[in-house]
Amino acid sequence: MSTPLTAITMPKWGLTMTEGKVVAWLRAAGTSFAPGDELLEIETSKITNVVEAEAAGTLLRVVAGEGTTLPIGGLLAVTGPADAAAADIDAFVSGFVAAAPAGDTTEAAAAPAPRMLDVAGTRLRYLELGGGAGAPLVLLHGFGADLNTWMFNQPALADARRVLALDLPGHGGSARDVGTGDADSLRHAVEAFAAALDTGPVHVAGHSLGGALAVLLAAHRPDLVRSLTLIAPAGLGAEINAAFIDGFVRASRRKDAVEVLQLLVHDPALVSRTMVEDVLRFKRLDGVAAALATIARAWFASGQQQVSVAAELAGLTIPVQLIWGSEDRIVPVTHARAAPPHAVAHVLDGAGHLPHMEKSGDVNRLIRRFVDG
Amino acid sequence: MAVKTIRQALHEALEQEMRRDPRVVVIGEDVSGGAGTEGGRDAAGGVLGVTKGLIKEFGEARIIDTPITESAIMGAAAGAAVTGLRPVAELMFSDFLGVCFDQIFNQAAKFRYMFGGKAKTPMVIRTMVGAGRSAAAQHSQSPYHIFTSVPGLKVVVPSNAYDAKGLLIQAIRDDDPVIFCEHKLMYDLKTEVPDEPYVIPFGEANIVRDGDDVTVVALARMVHYASEAADTLAAEGIECEIIDPRTTSPLDEDTILESVERTGRLVVVDEATPRCSMATDIAALVADRAFAALKAPVRRVTAPHTPVPFAPSLEKLYIPDQQRIAAAVRDVYGYAR
Repeated sequence: MSTPLTAITMPKWGLTMTEGKVVAWLRAAGTSFAPGDELLEIETSKITNVVEAEAAGTLLRVVAGEGTTLPIGGLLAVTGPADAAAADIDAFVSGFVAAAPAGDTTEAAAAPAPRMLDVAGTRLRYLELGGGAGAPLVLLHGFGADLNTWMFNQPALADARRVLALDLPGHGGSARDVGTGDADSLRHAVEAFAAALDTGPVHVAGHSLGGALAVLLAAHRPDLVRSLTLIAPAGLGAEINAAFIDGFVRASRRKDAVEVLQLLVHDPALVSRTMVEDVLRFKRLDGVAAALATIARAWFASGQQQVSVAAELAGLTIPVQLIWGSEDRIVPVTHARAAPPHAVAHVLDGAGHLPHMEKSGDVNRLIRRFVDG
Repeated sequence: MAVKTIRQALHEALEQEMRRDPRVVVIGEDVSGGAGTEGGRDAAGGVLGVTKGLIKEFGEARIIDTPITESAIMGAAAGAAVTGLRPVAELMFSDFLGVCFDQIFNQAAKFRYMFGGKAKTPMVIRTMVGAGRSAAAQHSQSPYHIFTSVPGLKVVVPSNAYDAKGLLIQAIRDDDPVIFCEHKLMYDLKTEVPDEPYVIPFGEANIVRDGDDVTVVALARMVHYASEAADTLAAEGIECEIIDPRTTSPLDEDTILESVERTGRLVVVDEATPRCSMATDIAALVADRAFAALKAPVRRVTAPHTPVPFAPSLEKLYIPDQQRIAAAVRDVYGYAR
């Protein structure tokens, strides 16, 4: 009895993805790979990303060649032990096809949808994936983003735990009213969300403004937070790219939005036209521009960060790790030095302000090891 | 996100703006829909059901049924606009514009200018365009180019429900007269539309499809035909970039020029007649401003310079179709290659 064969299937990145296209296989059939090795590139209407191996194995058969478009869950390749018999692989492939849903409609219908939570006088949208008895992981996005910023992280990390991605007030599908939009008001909303989970302390990962909120949450409610992963967090220094903040708040046309969004990443090709369109569609909704402007005034007035969480971070006793892109053009990587000695800092080369998207495999490994350890 | 038809999207835009702003009124023939019929008021909700339900919520002071007299509708709307309301007037068929052209062309369009900028005319004229229903020559035209040629008017030609809602809300909030052209065969087209109000800025084209080989500029129903043609052409290895201007006045010249500078090849698809049309206007724009980038002649795929035929077989030949679009693209793609 040999090790069973396993399938590599089309991942689901983000709420709206229904299918993906194989751009390139980075490993040939017959070669073996280690966990974290890059296997193939997949393109969706929004973004192209690399699929990495979760465990060691051998790429036995590529089922979906380059240029093939498959629905989510569709069979991309078969992996397993190098000595697997061809007949077994054949049987696996035909069995998989037979078991797979006929179209993407079934898959889409079964896909988890975001939910709304009425709490602390506001309405928050969140997406929950995964399950298990362990402490859940809560994801807090940055200024102007929404829970889709975790599209490469949340599904991967949900293999072993509940992972909940929140839309901050004024963002995504949450209520547009942000009150004063300052640190206290946003932290109250996050705190109410974490408390409503009623699961005991959770791991929190926060990006940028969400990172600063994560620190404030842990400082005000140590009973709710087990560990912190801070990805290019705000609040550890005065510098911020004011051109980005102002440009993002102001942009209503494609051209302006492209320029601003490209500041976020090291490789501008990551900013696809559909990604720009999604940002514009969000920003066109009544109330969004006002909400973003209110938050920007409270956090980033006069081109400087107005909220400092350095003292709160220094006072924490829970495990803390920092992840920063070496090429961050929004919040400089030098702010990582403000972290207390017990916090481990990881600087990822070739990543900008969105390492969780640009280097999703690395970030997922760092988070997984951290929360498991 | 909820999937809605263009009809529902337009209705939602009217309803939300009327709730937001008490100055918004709807005026036109049978806009309450069904007055005097067996079903009574609101039985139909306008000739195509867009305004159904509005009379119940907003009453007859804001949903104003008029006699069949387009010049009075447009004159009343223009007067209401300069004196503080934000009317949405309905010109049932754009073919009837001749009856009320003075009110639009020489009054509403000119007020801001003639009164030295002291007056504004925030009115919207919703009107149906397009052939394909065998409605014959007097109910099938697409005269948005006539409106476009008038300084002082803004002209919107949406191709999908998302754009229709955002552009109609923008039109209502705009301080100038806006002609909003709805294709009569597209009311049931569906796409995802947010429940919340939102605006799409005028003069911002939508890039419907990315491609490096040939730029295809198309309007209204032709956007969908061009997309279908592009699918066929992609299988042949020709990648079209499809641009939907969404508004013909203002026109997003930059997006068109930047695309042609990259592709060097342009096809313009327009359901209207070809003389002095949007197709001609865009072709001239590119010849003037991007001549050095062109690798092939500009091709226009349009209706012929004739009235719209009534006979279904002739009408089908009259309207540009996927095959004609694909042939034009192949032609410019293969030119001097």
